[in-house]
Amino acid sequence: MAYDVNGTTVEHDEEGYITNLSEWSRELADIIAAAEEVEMGEEHWAVVNFLRDYYEEYQIAPAVRVLIKSIKKSMGPEVGNNKYMYELFPYGPAKQACKIAGLPKPTGCV
Amino acid sequence: MASLDINAEGGPKFVADPLAVPQLKCGAMEDLESYVAHPKHNTDLGFPGELIDNWQEVAIAKIGELAEKNRAFQVYLDSCVKCGACTDKCHYFLGTGDPKNMPVARQDLLRSVYRRYYTFAGKYFPKLVGARDLTKEVLDEWYNYYHQCSQCRRCSVFCPYGIDTAEISMAARDIMNSVGKGQKYCNEIIAKASTVGNNLGLNPKALRATLEDLEEDLEDETGLSVRIPLDETGADVLLITPSADFFAEPHIDGLLGYAKVFHEAGVSWTVSSYASEAANFGMFIGSYENMRTLSLRIRQAAEDLGVKRIVFGECGHAWRVAYSFLNTLAGPFDFLDQNYPIPQHIMEFTHDMIQKGELNFDKSKNDEFRLTYHDSCNVARGSGMGGYEGGQFDLPREVLKACCNNYFDMDRDTIKESTLCCGGGGGLLTDELMDLRTKGASPRMTAMKQVTEDHGVTHMAAICAICKTQFSKVMPKFGYEMDSILSVHQLVGNALILTGQEIEEDPAPERDGVATEVNS
Repeated sequence: MAYDVNGTTVEHDEEGYITNLSEWSRELADIIAAAEEVEMGEEHWAVVNFLRDYYEEYQIAPAVRVLIKSIKKSMGPEVGNNKYMYELFPYGPAKQACKIAGLPKPTGCV
Repeated sequence: MASLDINAEGGPKFVADPLAVPQLKCGAMEDLESYVAHPKHNTDLGFPGELIDNWQEVAIAKIGELAEKNRAFQVYLDSCVKCGACTDKCHYFLGTGDPKNMPVARQDLLRSVYRRYYTFAGKYFPKLVGARDLTKEVLDEWYNYYHQCSQCRRCSVFCPYGIDTAEISMAARDIMNSVGKGQKYCNEIIAKASTVGNNLGLNPKALRATLEDLEEDLEDETGLSVRIPLDETGADVLLITPSADFFAEPHIDGLLGYAKVFHEAGVSWTVSSYASEAANFGMFIGSYENMRTLSLRIRQAAEDLGVKRIVFGECGHAWRVAYSFLNTLAGPFDFLDQNYPIPQHIMEFTHDMIQKGELNFDKSKNDEFRLTYHDSCNVARGSGMGGYEGGQFDLPREVLKACCNNYFDMDRDTIKESTLCCGGGGGLLTDELMDLRTKGASPRMTAMKQVTEDHGVTHMAAICAICKTQFSKVMPKFGYEMDSILSVHQLVGNALILTGQEIEEDPAPERDGVATEVNS
């Protein structure tokens, strides 16, 4: 199970989350997004970039509410709301956006 | 009222009766295999990494060991008379039509093997008594169908012998883990909770940042400093809540509700970063050792922080373990204040405050919702609240009615002790089982649809993290919005007016002369 990024293979698990987080790249994000049938636009990238920054600081993805609050500040309330997040990432801003951002899947009762 | 598109093309079809018996579809779910644990997930919990060579021998010995050690388990295996009372009581059978999802058939997967090796008739005349050898095919069948049981125990309510399929399903998972065939979802999570302290893997730094962020939200909303303290030594109350309450929607709103109640009660309280999880997945895999490891973290946190009381947040399986087993697993709790229940449920805490008249509610704040309540399986069956029989049914309803004007129960055969599972409990809340989760939720969603039609119900409240996540994922498949599921303490928080809180002047809706609609 691997993604092919310009001839380089990047391993992923059964659900498509990459196993070695350091192998993430923007090209890979586009490939994962395509597999998820998500077309990456400016707003998608704002979410992915925030997730990656947050992860770098805290080693875990943020609560959805924290993500939305930040996006609301940077891109306004039309983008920074729960409903719109699900339009951007239909399988959820936590799980699907994390997968594209190359972060581990949030586990537990979530 | 929610806009309903209940018979959308390709979507699940509603039937008039939530408990209607489906047409049989033999083998419909036989290929549904939950992801198998990676070697590391298993070894982290002390199980073999992969299926061991002599798995058959070890598994058979383990069945004998469990039957010897756990008399209930042996009685469950020996006493079934095939009366059929349980056959149509499982939501997964109702939703899938697969006869192997009938509780008796699920039990027989293991019972047939037990008979072969541990009964006289099964040893000498296996075919006559339906006894089977433990083959690789049987093991695979166990894996698939014991991961289609949410251990909700609805069937046990209807069994004249009280046979508890959940116990058999837990034992089956325990046996499978002992030979290296674990499930990824549960085992990965237990390992995380045993090392980091919670199922999410939320470390103390991230937890602190999240809670501080939420405190800001509370201050913006109320104008008051409503705290969510973390690791505060000397607090009176230690709150043990599912880590989903720090992460997911609508769970977080429940946490904000607890914070407001504690604030208004004037009680000092704290969350612990060391024991930042209520849900005990050790129960799902029938592992006493893992259940104990997780429970001991709670004891340790209570001792380290010097608290006097332990209160559990909204989490179904947590409450089952806490209410029924915490003292056995991690007691005695003689260092806590014996004047309070040990442990106590947040619902008991809030209910008590309401009884004393110490919470001031503006119920109109919840007038946008027409509510029903989903009894979570492990709270409804196998635990209690309020210190009297049936308290676990009454307290949440009384709390809801204290803070909401429009409340309606679902069909009596689908609530309280007969409640239907949400479809995602017992270690099944994982994406690869979404088809099963959706089908298993259909009886509950049908019961909700009835109250939507009869009373205009728009939202459902629950007190379990799994139920909340499950419903937010499956409700859209049944024509409801994903936010049609709410935390009970979210509604408490919405309506609670804190002492000293500045009230926004809403244009008040016309309420004079409108009767309060509450049924029971």
